[in-house]
Amino acid sequence: MSETDKPVLVEIKDIWIEGRSDEEWLPIINGASLTLRKGEVLGLIGESGAGKSTLGLAAMGYTRDGVRIKSGSVTFDGVDLIAASAATKRDLLGKRIAYVAQSAAASFNPAHKLIDQHVEAPVQHHVTSKSEATDDGIELYRRLRLPNPDEIGFRYPHQVSGGQLQRAMTAMAMSCRPDLIIFDEPTTALDVTTQIEVLAAIRDIVEQFDTAAIYITHDLAVVAQMADRIKVLLKGDEVEEADTRVMLESPKDDYTKSLWAVRSFERPAKPAPAVDATPVVSVQNITAAYGKLPVLHDVSFDIHAGRTVAVVGESGSGKSTTARVITGLLPQLEGVVEFKGEALPADYHKRDRMQLRQAQMIYQMADTALNPRKPIGEIIGRPVEFYMGLRGRKKRERVRELLNEIELEPDQFIDRLPSELSGGQKQRVGIARALAAEPEFIICDEVTSALDQLVAEGILRLLARLQDERGLSYMFITHDLATVNAIADEVVVMKDGRVVEQGPKADMFRPPHHPYTDLLLSSVPEMDPDWLTDLLAERGVENIGDAAVDKM
Amino acid sequence: MHPVLKIVIQRLLLGLLTLLAVSIIIFVAVNSLPGDFAQAILGQSATPEAVAAIRRDLGLDQPAVTRYFQWLGDMLTGNLGISFAQANFASFVGTSAESGSGPVTVAQQIAPRFENTMFLAGVTAVIAVPMSLTLGILAALFRNSVFDRTANIASLSAVSSPEFFLAYILILFLAVLHPILPSLSNIYEGMPFGERLYRTLLPALTLTLVVTAQMMRMTRAAIINLLASPYIEMARLKGISPMRVIVKHALPNALAPIINVIALNLAYLITGVVVVEVVFVYPGIGQLFVDSVKNRDIPVVQACCLIFAGAYILLNLMADVLSILSNPRLRHPK
Repeated sequence: MSETDKPVLVEIKDIWIEGRSDEEWLPIINGASLTLRKGEVLGLIGESGAGKSTLGLAAMGYTRDGVRIKSGSVTFDGVDLIAASAATKRDLLGKRIAYVAQSAAASFNPAHKLIDQHVEAPVQHHVTSKSEATDDGIELYRRLRLPNPDEIGFRYPHQVSGGQLQRAMTAMAMSCRPDLIIFDEPTTALDVTTQIEVLAAIRDIVEQFDTAAIYITHDLAVVAQMADRIKVLLKGDEVEEADTRVMLESPKDDYTKSLWAVRSFERPAKPAPAVDATPVVSVQNITAAYGKLPVLHDVSFDIHAGRTVAVVGESGSGKSTTARVITGLLPQLEGVVEFKGEALPADYHKRDRMQLRQAQMIYQMADTALNPRKPIGEIIGRPVEFYMGLRGRKKRERVRELLNEIELEPDQFIDRLPSELSGGQKQRVGIARALAAEPEFIICDEVTSALDQLVAEGILRLLARLQDERGLSYMFITHDLATVNAIADEVVVMKDGRVVEQGPKADMFRPPHHPYTDLLLSSVPEMDPDWLTDLLAERGVENIGDAAVDKM
Repeated sequence: MHPVLKIVIQRLLLGLLTLLAVSIIIFVAVNSLPGDFAQAILGQSATPEAVAAIRRDLGLDQPAVTRYFQWLGDMLTGNLGISFAQANFASFVGTSAESGSGPVTVAQQIAPRFENTMFLAGVTAVIAVPMSLTLGILAALFRNSVFDRTANIASLSAVSSPEFFLAYILILFLAVLHPILPSLSNIYEGMPFGERLYRTLLPALTLTLVVTAQMMRMTRAAIINLLASPYIEMARLKGISPMRVIVKHALPNALAPIINVIALNLAYLITGVVVVEVVFVYPGIGQLFVDSVKNRDIPVVQACCLIFAGAYILLNLMADVLSILSNPRLRHPK
């Protein structure tokens, strides 16, 4: 590659950034540097809290409220962005430097039509007239393969789906044909089939206009498709930087290697259950609705003792609703849920304590699932008392046992509040709370999706160990197929409230599939920089993502 | 049907229901005031026969439920009744039918007063609402600056002072020390508009000082509340000027709470201005109301209460509908 011949566009030198927290300035970025040439794409990766977004925004000369640049320099095309006046920076922002945010749904103003927001930058910066900018916007919508490009811009943000909004936001960033775009996790909030389409669109348009980009993400496989070079950050420190292929093939630093290794966790498949075995939980022909809106249609699957059933599907496919039916939070209209061959009452009010005990849940957001005002000992102690009838010293003993089980030191954690725990530790407390009821069956609702990969892997290993020791059955709700591959015994694929395919994991990851399962599987990015290119070449842009879903 | 239309109709029906409930409360409350008109007018030495005669003439001897429905029926047909105090007693004994002039009705009595009150409220609103919005927007734009603090302290001091005090301060500066405006607002029917406006200005300014603080502070708070939103950050990252960010991106999303506070303050301008009316001798509905309560002139009191309640409900209803209309999710469903 002759990238090094191109002129330098952005140069950040030894930048130190701090954030204000309780009257104290804490470091966010400790002396990072980066150089970006015209037309080059740099991937910034790291876990949450690594300072990726802060560094990305600093490249625009922008800091959020409560954040300041302590020292260092940011130069954009010869302009010192730290010393520049607000007016000088405003003149560059939107016109020569643009930003694409993580959540397009939150970053489009709900009060204005898409096209009005699109033309704002070109009109305010006097780049083109409003009518020219409108025509250009429609042209960009067409290039980004948005449906109804002539008309979609005249809708309000709430009338457009998430993946389409993300593409419209990329179009908006392109409206002045900037030299640099900062992409801040643009596909993290999207489903895999939607993500692939957005990735293809972004890559296509960045290449067409020879735009330089900083692509921020925590997903290695995604960054492998997008970036020429990758820079790894850890808690505000630079770890290493290299060309994408070099980085993927031979990461140098231990931390980088550990990131790469996360996906290697996989459990050996368990032998199939006996044909005549009674499943622990049997969901039979469930139909359910929210009010008049039907959400589940004839859903059936079994969960056997000691096994993990992964329920996969995109947002809105009915995964969590199925869990609500099993726990009795949403009584079904038709069908039965059986526990060890006995039908459970549909409404949890009508279930007795023994029946309630058997269906425990672990939630996605441990933050909101734990009462912030109660210490850990009390959070875990409540179900111990409620289900097991233990009090006083015996209760405290049992809580300590449970904390040991989830690998948290009891003396250290029993009196802490949830706010004094990290995300992974909170999720462990959630697991301990479910275990306190001593159930045979636990529903895990996206328990790892809010966690960084290393932490998520720790949680998966813990769940696997508990299953081996206690013979627990899991219903594991997820949209992440790598997680499925790691821990599932059986897979149930759901779409629009229906089960489209189910079977043992080994079969599910081997063709032939139901076309939807195939689409889901093929949409998961792989750690191969040519994956997206090859896939597009193989299938054509018409047969990926939502376009393919719509054809079904 | 369009969802907005459906919501508006729902709110309208709910408003009518509220008005009905309020009419019951008014009737019960007014009728449980101690003493009655007959005793008030005849004084301590009245004979029981005379009191009973007047009570019978005015229909006060009927059971309360009958009187309520009679009153409600009259209200619905637009007949506000006849003021006790203005009544020609001859009319009750059956001779007034031929007398020609007839008694003064409550409607005739209230109408000019109500018109004056609306005029004062209108003038105040025209000054106060744009001023509060502008001040609120500027305070949000230059938050924590000297301007922001000054505007906050000034408006808070104004709202914390008693109305009569503000009124006298304004009279002192604008009518006595610098005689620019008249201190008496004795307006009458047929007065030319300009003259009327001139005389109304001082009470209107007093009321402006009273209502500005809340509207301004709500505008400021509602806008600042939104400044941390991702779409505001997006607008800033597009290089949009700070003023445009606030007016174009924050304000349209902050309208609902602002509209509601404006409606509450406008309702106050109609129903709560009696002190200011007294200070400036302004012939509004507030004074009439207070006098009627003193005289136990039940038809006038009830009609005033109903008008106040109606104004409150109507303004809140309008605020509701406007808030709904300011939400594009409801205006343009999927």
